[in-house]
This record gives sequence, structure tokens and C-alpha cells, in this order.
Amino acid sequence: MSWAEFFAMGGYALYVWGAYAFAAAVLALNVIVPLRRGKAVRAALREFHRLQGRAR
Amino acid sequence: MFKYAAPKNFYDLAGRLTPWGAALTAALLLAGLYLGLFVAPPDYQQGESVRIMFVHVPSAWMSMFVYVLMAGAGAVALIWNIKLAEVLVRACAPIGASFTLLALVTGSLWGKPMWGAWWVWDARLTSELILLFLYIGIMALQASIDDPRRAARAAAILVLVGVVNIPVIHFSVEWWNTLHQPASVSRIGRPAIHPSILAPLLVMTAAFKVYFLTVVLMRMRTELLEREKHTAWVEEEVGRT
Repeated sequence: MSWAEFFAMGGYALYVWGAYAFAAAVLALNVIVPLRRGKAVRAALREFHRLQGRAR
Repeated sequence: MFKYAAPKNFYDLAGRLTPWGAALTAALLLAGLYLGLFVAPPDYQQGESVRIMFVHVPSAWMSMFVYVLMAGAGAVALIWNIKLAEVLVRACAPIGASFTLLALVTGSLWGKPMWGAWWVWDARLTSELILLFLYIGIMALQASIDDPRRAARAAAILVLVGVVNIPVIHFSVEWWNTLHQPASVSRIGRPAIHPSILAPLLVMTAAFKVYFLTVVLMRMRTELLEREKHTAWVEEEVGRT
């Protein structure tokens, strides 16, 4: 089987690759979003404790 | 075992587990993609479109698995007031919602060439759509209440009410005359599908499961930092970087 045939997926390329691409996007987003939120929360909490330390 | 119910210990344990989970997820995904795209033969009726199954079925299974786990955690949170269970419910909802959306979208992409329609108001599809609305409702409820304890209690009650939808999804293909095909793997020991199709399906399911455990731990760690922000260990933890 050639690569061209492989990518054509027997005429179902749009559906098969569409499904795999959407899956890849969902899996990637579920890693990126918590990573970014984790960073933001840590920065906010650092600031919170810095201000608390000053008030003490 | 119980020492990991303490937020600080759980936070540390989760931090040590996530790199291993990420590596195992990558390995399982690669194996599953190889088996699913190169080894598995095309279906004699559905042709190459059958390969959509290897992302559709694991995501549909996970959409229900995550809900059941979330309901278990919700019950524990309501009965014993365990903070870790509340954090687990909160971490599960967005991931469960995205698995549900993935199941619906991949199902739609499979339905169009096979049934000739992107969407039909079939019992299986409709009950899965209700699951998506449940997840979104739970997230909205959590976001609308400021006090984390009260938000967790309200969310847990909604989660437990919504759990009736899970058997409806599972048995929908038996209870009603649906367009959706019946389960292929439910007969343990004598599945109705060939090993060359079953292997990628099971490997992809394992990949999705380990992936879920990894990302849920990531979300739980951040949630714990916020919930415990007044404690000394969080101050030390965020001050370290």
C-alpha cells in the first residue's frame, strides 16, 4: 500500500482524519489548559503570600 | 494509604506520578495508533471508516467512566466531607465534558458516511448529548458559587442526580430500536470482533485511561493549591520556584 492510498483512507479521508485531528486537539488542550492554569495559580498565590508576609 | 488523603501528601504523590503517566500515555498512544491505522484491516462493510472507532469508542467509554468516578467522589464528598473528593469532582468535570464532546464529534464524523447524516435523534446519541449538558451544568454550578465547600456540595448533588443517565446511555441500544450499532465488546470472553480490531481498541482505551489519570492529577494539584492557599505548605510550595 502506498502513502497516498494510506492518506486517502479508501475515500473516507475527511472523516477518518477529521476524527483523529479532533481527538488530537482535545487531548492536547486538556494538557495545555491545566498547565497554563497551574502556572497562573502559582503566580497568583506567590503574590498572595508576598502581600500577606508584608502585612504580618 | 490514608496518609495520601492529606492534601500535602497527595500533592507530592501526584507530582511524582504525572511524569510516569505522561510517558505511559505516549507509549500506549503510539502503539494504539500503529495498531489502529496500520495493522487493523478495513471492515468488509464500512471500509477504512471503521478506524474512527479507535478514537470514538474509547472516548465514549471514558465519558461514562469519568462520570461514574465523579459520582463516586461526589457521594464520598457529601457523606464524609473529604476535601480530596471535592477536588476530584471539580477536576473530573471538564475532562469528562471533553471526552463526551469528542465521542459526539467522532460519532458524527462516522455517522455521516455510514448513515448519511451528521446527527439523528437516536436514543444513544440523545442520551450522550444529555451527558454533555450534565457536565456543562455541573461546571456552571461550581463556577456560580464562591464558597468552595458550598459549591462542592451543590455540585455533588447534581452529579448524583445525573447518574441515572449512565445506565440509560449504556442500555439505550437494547431498550430502544436505534440506528446506533449494539455493543461489540460487552460479551466477555467471546467478543463479536476480531483480535486485529479488538487489540487497537483495547490499547487506545488503556491510553485514554492513563491519559485521564494523568491530566486529572494535574488539575487536582492546582485545585489543591488554591483550596489550601492559607497553609504553610502551599506558601513554601509556591515560593520554591
